[in-house]
Amino acid sequence: MTIVVAFLVLVIGIAAWWLSTQRIMSKPWLEIGVIDEPPGAGPPAAAKIGLCVFLAVAGVLFALSISAYSMRLQAADWWPLPAPRLLWFNTGLLILASATLEWTKAQSRHASLDGVRFGLVGAGVFTLAFVVGQLVVWRELVEEGYFLASNPANAFFYLMTGLHGLHVMGGLVALARVTLRAFSADEVGVERGKLRLGVELCAIYWHFLLVVWLVLFALIAGWAGDFFEICRQALS
Amino acid sequence: MHVVLVLVVVAVGSVLFHFLSPWWWTPIASNWQYIDDTIIITFWITGVVFVAVLLFMAYCVWRFRHREGHRAAFEPENRRLETGLTVITGLGVAAMLAPGLFVWNHFITVPPDASAIEIVGQQWQWSFRLPGQDGKLGRTRVDSIADDNPLGLDRNDPDGRDDVVLQGEDLHLPIGKPIKVLLRSTDVLHDFYVPEFRAKMDILPGSSTYFWLTPTRTGTFDILCAELCGTGHPYMRGSVVVEEQVAYDAWLDGQQRRMLAQQDGTTRQKGEVKAQQ
Amino acid sequence: MVDVPLGVAGVPPAEVEDVELYHPKSWVTHYVFSQDAKIIAVQYSVTALSIGLVALMLSWLMRLQLAFPGALSFIDADAYYQLITMHGMMMVVYVLTALFLGGFGNYLIPLMLGARDMVFPYANMLSFWFYLLAVVVLFASFAVPGGPTGAGWTLYPPQSITAGTPGLAWGIVMMLVSLMIFIVGFTMGGLNYVVTVLQGRTRGMTLMRMPLTVWGIFTASVMALLAFPALFVGAVMMLFDRLLGTSFFMPEIIEQGARLPYGGGSPILFQHLFWFFGHPEVYIVALPAFGIVSDLISVHARRNIFGYRMMVWAIVAIGALSFVVWAHHMYVSGMNPYFGFFFATTTLIIAIPTAIKVYNWVLTLWRGDIHLTTPMLFALAFIVTFVNGGLTGLFLGNVVVDVPLSDTMFVVAHFHMVMGVAPILVIFGAIYHWYPKVTGRLLSVPLGQFHFWVTFLGAYLIFFPMHYLGLMGVPRRYYEMGETAIYPPSAHDLNIFITVMALLVGAAQLAFVFNLIWSLRHGRGAGGNPWRACSLEWQTSATPPPHGNFGKELPIVYRWAYDYNVPGAPEDFIPQNQPPLAGEIASRAP
Ligand code: HEM
Ligand SMILES: [Cu+2]
Ligand SMILES: [Cu+2]
Repeated sequence: MTIVVAFLVLVIGIAAWWLSTQRIMSKPWLEIGVIDEPPGAGPPAAAKIGLCVFLAVAGVLFALSISAYSMRLQAADWWPLPAPRLLWFNTGLLILASATLEWTKAQSRHASLDGVRFGLVGAGVFTLAFVVGQLVVWRELVEEGYFLASNPANAFFYLMTGLHGLHVMGGLVALARVTLRAFSADEVGVERGKLRLGVELCAIYWHFLLVVWLVLFALIAGWAGDFFEICRQALS
Repeated sequence: MHVVLVLVVVAVGSVLFHFLSPWWWTPIASNWQYIDDTIIITFWITGVVFVAVLLFMAYCVWRFRHREGHRAAFEPENRRLETGLTVITGLGVAAMLAPGLFVWNHFITVPPDASAIEIVGQQWQWSFRLPGQDGKLGRTRVDSIADDNPLGLDRNDPDGRDDVVLQGEDLHLPIGKPIKVLLRSTDVLHDFYVPEFRAKMDILPGSSTYFWLTPTRTGTFDILCAELCGTGHPYMRGSVVVEEQVAYDAWLDGQQRRMLAQQDGTTRQKGEVKAQQ
Repeated sequence: MVDVPLGVAGVPPAEVEDVELYHPKSWVTHYVFSQDAKIIAVQYSVTALSIGLVALMLSWLMRLQLAFPGALSFIDADAYYQLITMHGMMMVVYVLTALFLGGFGNYLIPLMLGARDMVFPYANMLSFWFYLLAVVVLFASFAVPGGPTGAGWTLYPPQSITAGTPGLAWGIVMMLVSLMIFIVGFTMGGLNYVVTVLQGRTRGMTLMRMPLTVWGIFTASVMALLAFPALFVGAVMMLFDRLLGTSFFMPEIIEQGARLPYGGGSPILFQHLFWFFGHPEVYIVALPAFGIVSDLISVHARRNIFGYRMMVWAIVAIGALSFVVWAHHMYVSGMNPYFGFFFATTTLIIAIPTAIKVYNWVLTLWRGDIHLTTPMLFALAFIVTFVNGGLTGLFLGNVVVDVPLSDTMFVVAHFHMVMGVAPILVIFGAIYHWYPKVTGRLLSVPLGQFHFWVTFLGAYLIFFPMHYLGLMGVPRRYYEMGETAIYPPSAHDLNIFITVMALLVGAAQLAFVFNLIWSLRHGRGAGGNPWRACSLEWQTSATPPPHGNFGKELPIVYRWAYDYNVPGAPEDFIPQNQPPLAGEIASRAP
């Protein structure tokens, strides 16, 4: 459980830093009158804050699975499964999707509607390809006899890629909505602000998905095993 | 002002109940007097706090109840008072935690001269295994469990040859000797609980847990299960008999003889079966 | 530190960006698929209270069985375990969590912060419907073959998914699925509560001006968002073990003579996941109660809450600390015994901020002007039961003391006192307090007094003596206490007494339900601010508050929520949206 606690310490640290900017040492009974928020670049959109909070939640979810993984790993019946080649290709796809969204974000700032449309579709295609690729990996593994229940390593592989895949698919739904909006938006108007926000949110979420995937991939490929070994020795 | 009255009655009544009611822990039969002492310390500290808070509340409700013309004071905080209370609380907490951790350290440190016994929980009965002459318990494997080997002893392990297996029988323990209790389950969680011993520990399938104690009082004590293990959980009973060394030796001797006879019996039976084939 | 511009009278109107309000077009979108937080709050509350009644009735059956073993022929051991499991899970998750966060959170956060609604109203609506679906799945498990699971609310494997436990076929699966749905639904609601506090506050409503109720609910929501994933992961993994044959939690085991195809899994792993959720869950229930009770005491004692800043810091500290104490539920689980030192220390440390809260509550009474209204009575009773339950927590948190007491009736008595009775008393107090805002009418006082006295004294008499059964060595989750040399015959009489009290307390709730329904029509009109309280929910343009909560303009906040009996003020309270009075700024400055 060290991993999830470490993650939480990070989250709590951010929360504490934020609280420290909120004048929580002040004596409210002495302050009569309007207190305006400290002048700044204007509050970020609620949706963005909402997404960040959600990322913390999803982050705990993955941190917990990794914690469970690292505890179960120590049992004697653990046989790591080979990391299929295709995973590298899929990783590439997800990186491309993430990069495309970053590019799209820049486009939306430059007010290039065509660029935004192009980027959104591109990111969607890459991501979809990633999901299909992951399914192909599952099929390959099953064909080679790495069934879900035959070993805990397999079980965790399917569980964690599955959880990640579900998050990706949820993201795809949001991406589809933003894409639709991009195609129905005209050059000016309120919609543009919303569109830009939507693109930005997608980009943030995709970067998160990418980071999570890289961590999971590192675990699956076995590099993380050494890391756990070091941790365990440091602890005991 | 029945609120005031009730608050006082609750405070005083709880204390009276504590001292006068007939329900209290059973006389201890192991070396874990320390645990009882820690509980008593905790009772005193928490009891004082409980009564103090309730009586203070009662006083406030009486003294500052609403009356015409009475106004509340405006006092947002009082740092000195709050800091003082925090410090006192911290001391009280430390006064409970320190003995607690000290005794815990004792609890998890098994003395080197403790002799090991094994207790196995199975839905819903207790079984026991004592080392034979060699003083060692043999290895076990879940996959070895069979009708004639209910605890799954590894028949190839020489240490296990002379192990005494007790099923459906009382466990006997000698008085005054430290015992390391190894706990094992073959199905679900259980918890070996003899209220008189105070010590207890969950039993896990798939791994082994332990605790230790020294029995200090002779007698027969009931074993209960203290971890939900299915429908039969409340009926998972057994008995421990704590007795003087002499009586214990005699009992152990008898058990060992019974085991040998049994083993002879089975080998002879197997031989006969072979002969017939 | 930021420079604080102290305002003067006549500030310009709020510049807070208005939430895009949805506008219900039909009866159905208005009252059923509503996106208005106030309606969702009522939906949540009514559902949760109804489940509470069911769970209460289940506890009657359990108590009857314990007092008169075997008297009710339909309660066999299987049924008993199904009863405790459903009772426990319903109470903790589907009643208390849903009621405090979904019910009170939805109603009070926007109103107290001067917001028009939650920031994501659509997700907020979905949250309720997911919750309802989870409830339906949970209740459906009563009807499936084999009935609901009897694994105990802790659902420990292997027992929860092996033979010997009722509900093995369907019950456990439905329980896990229901929990997963609940968590998904809660996450949608929880994001709303948190982001509304972060983003939806009206002009002038700084964090340190928020009522403690909001602080409590806010912190609890953050905790719930971070803790529920642990239950989610545990539930998914257990479903895999149960349905797909993996061995996350399942070691080599023999199930009634047959070797199961599992191996290598770790039952302790589940316990870690469960309590990583389960302990914060205790505080998820407690923190909103802390917050609400602070406000009740302050309003009805006509005095500012004593040590507001400490109260806020304590809430935050408790919230953070409660993520590193989970293994105090596992002292005798067979985990690495050295963890005991760490977790006992953190657990007892958490007692300090908790104690500070108690001191500040009673110090608020000190030199107050105490009106013994029904909400105040419940608040006082909360302090009594919470202090009692909190103190027995020091027994169970102190590793070695927990050894003889764990898994006995002492534990049952402790957690009922601290997270059963105490928060429920706050819920009652809160309902008596805010019902006038929700409906425009006051609840009947005589009925309320009757309800209070029976509930408080009855509950105390149920659970206080129960500790001593545990001390004596009666384990929890026993279908019947049974005979053992160490239980004196009088212990059986005590059991009967407890059951009689439980039936009485249960029956008294009928008075409450009746009061809720009767006062809807016949209660005394309340006006906008019957308790003369400062916080914003009492300053709405109409009562009950209309769609959009406030009139054309959002209120502007000029002061904290506790300006009661300020020296020199004409009234004994100054609402939060009252601009500074003449000479006030000067008189308050340090
Ligand atoms: C007057 C009201 C209540 C009565 C009479 C009552 C009675 C009981 C009884 C008899 C048990 C089973 C004890 C055992 O055999 O181990 C139990 C368990 C439990 N109760 Fe209550 N209860 C009440 C209210 C509550 C409330 C408000 C909560 C909310 C926190 C709650 C939460 C639980 C939990 C979590 C369990 C444990 C279930 C388990 O062992 O798996 N109860 N209750
Ligand atoms: Cu049991
Ligand atoms: Cu806890």
